[in-house]
Amino acid sequence: MSSLTKTLILAATLVTVSVQAADIKVGVAEALSGGAAQYGVPIRNGFQLAADEINAKGGINGNKIQLVIEDEQGKKEEAINVFKKLIFQDKVLMIFGPTLSNSMFAAGPVANASKTVAFGTSNTANGITDIGPYIFRNSVMESDVLPITVATAVKHYHIKKVAVMYGNDDAFTKSGYDVFKKVLADQNIPVTTTETYVKGDVDFKAQLTKIKAGNPDAIICSALAEEAANIMLQARSLGIKAPFIGGNGFNSPKLFEISKQAGDGTFVGSPWSNDNPSSANVNFVNAYKKKYNAEPNQFAAQGYDALYIAAAALKTVKLSGNLEADRQALRDALPKVTINGATGAFKFRPAVTKDGKPGGFDADQKPFIYILQNSKFNLFTGKN
Amino acid sequence: MLPQQLLNALTLGSVYALFALGFTLMFGVLGVINLSHGAVFMVGSYAALFFVNHFHLPLWLALLSAMAISGCLGLLIDVLILKPLRARNAPHLIPMIATIGVAITLSSAAQGIFGAEIMRFPEGTIPTGEFTFGDVHVRAIEIGIVAISLAVMAILFTALRRTQVGRALRAIAESPKSAALLGINVEGLFRATAFIAGALGGAAGVLIGLDFNAITPLMGQPILHKGIAVIILGGMGDIRGSLIAGLFLGFAEVMSKAYLSSQMGDAVAFGMLFLILLVRPSGLFGRVLERKA
Repeated sequence: MSSLTKTLILAATLVTVSVQAADIKVGVAEALSGGAAQYGVPIRNGFQLAADEINAKGGINGNKIQLVIEDEQGKKEEAINVFKKLIFQDKVLMIFGPTLSNSMFAAGPVANASKTVAFGTSNTANGITDIGPYIFRNSVMESDVLPITVATAVKHYHIKKVAVMYGNDDAFTKSGYDVFKKVLADQNIPVTTTETYVKGDVDFKAQLTKIKAGNPDAIICSALAEEAANIMLQARSLGIKAPFIGGNGFNSPKLFEISKQAGDGTFVGSPWSNDNPSSANVNFVNAYKKKYNAEPNQFAAQGYDALYIAAAALKTVKLSGNLEADRQALRDALPKVTINGATGAFKFRPAVTKDGKPGGFDADQKPFIYILQNSKFNLFTGKN
Repeated sequence: MLPQQLLNALTLGSVYALFALGFTLMFGVLGVINLSHGAVFMVGSYAALFFVNHFHLPLWLALLSAMAISGCLGLLIDVLILKPLRARNAPHLIPMIATIGVAITLSSAAQGIFGAEIMRFPEGTIPTGEFTFGDVHVRAIEIGIVAISLAVMAILFTALRRTQVGRALRAIAESPKSAALLGINVEGLFRATAFIAGALGGAAGVLIGLDFNAITPLMGQPILHKGIAVIILGGMGDIRGSLIAGLFLGFAEVMSKAYLSSQMGDAVAFGMLFLILLVRPSGLFGRVLERKA
């Protein structure tokens, strides 16, 4: 991060401090520089947008929210440092972040030990909430999304058997495949063949010809959007008519921009959708575009909702001014929160930890199931 | 399934062969393993895309323009990099290393100008014709690739055998010094070869960009590896060899994906390459190498 950006962020923080006589300090530790900044920056934007809205409406029980934003650079060591600074120096009530699951595994225990809530909005790894009872997240895991995606598609298309295709040299597409594999086993759906490709491949015809020979009712595909689109195009040119079912990698407009009609009929699940017509989401999308002059994404939406979740909890808490007691009161109020946010209806569910010790709280949220029709993702209602 | 896989293999093999043509020509005549050929191939793709997007040229004209651009690029690489090295009598490895530098420069430049994202030809540019024979599907563009590859190879092969320039080129391949003594304009023919090789690389880039519809700054890298395998297998500098070796590699890859496992494609193809080289160290048609030695 350049020193200029640092100065700007510092300046921004100072302005916030001086302008708002803020009384509720909330820490935001996200990756604002480095590779993970592509997630961290929209998340921070989501928080800022939500804070502005809440404060403009008079804050929480008259108290304004003050975000203390720190860059954890997407690094474990930095996340620990930032957590320590926020908890002991800035004395925040709770912390949002960090951006990456790896960082939460490192920094989460610091928050848990000092009885301060750490609330992840983008940590999808298994075991995050095993860290302890002060760890929360509203990020939905693929293992929550894919079973519903598959079950919905199976019902809609009367699927008896499927073929599987995935990229086997990418952590993201490989872990998506692992979840799909378990889902298919759980739902007793036979697999005709499992094919792989590697990053940079552009010719998928050999694998697809093999898939065609098995005559599957659908093709399960764990791939990034661009690869997936090319796979769809080549599948159609080989005369394969089976629809596709995809994972989180499919959640990009690139998918249908490239695949055109070849992708029609594809099923995909997502924790958030640009097109969700609920008023909370429409407000969020419009306000985000207005404030940042950019399209929001899933990460911004989850950050935005997270602050509203915390605000809902804070409304029910009478702050005493005793930091320890207030942190504990907030922790006890959070699990009871339910909201209707940009990502839809939300509530928490207690984490099931491996060793049976008390854990934190995961998101209990239904994903949106989409069907690709006429080169557009349409919310699947069962009537499409 | 088998007829379709054979067809898949034929198109993939033709793509490899077409790419390897310019590569093998450079080696046969200039004696240089030109590792920037993959980058020239990439530039050809981007050039055609640029002509289609900005000047709305029809595809065939964009193809020819892209060939001209990549040909000039090949020429430029020869004049700026290879010729000074020749003049200094640099050992064989030096031009090869220099062309690695060229490749890195070109792909970084493309990344800077066009971004790292995959780019595509706009809708409607790519011929969408499709033919179905029973269970076998073939697209017009695939037929085009196979036909153009075979035609270009036939033309090159005949030109090298039957024309005066071809004879001169073969004389240079034999020994540039004796060719120069015989009054052959060696430098001129070097430049001509660099241009033709670049143009062929560019043509391969356009056709592959059209077939797989994915143009990226690094698209030359994987095919460069295949290209090296093809010219080694075919016999360094041999036109016929690059055709047969290209097809061989395509078949080995597709068939191992089809009947073994999709993880095995490259392993089987390169494993077989190794086995063949054990038996025939100079490749299938390895005369040029023997002559040079």
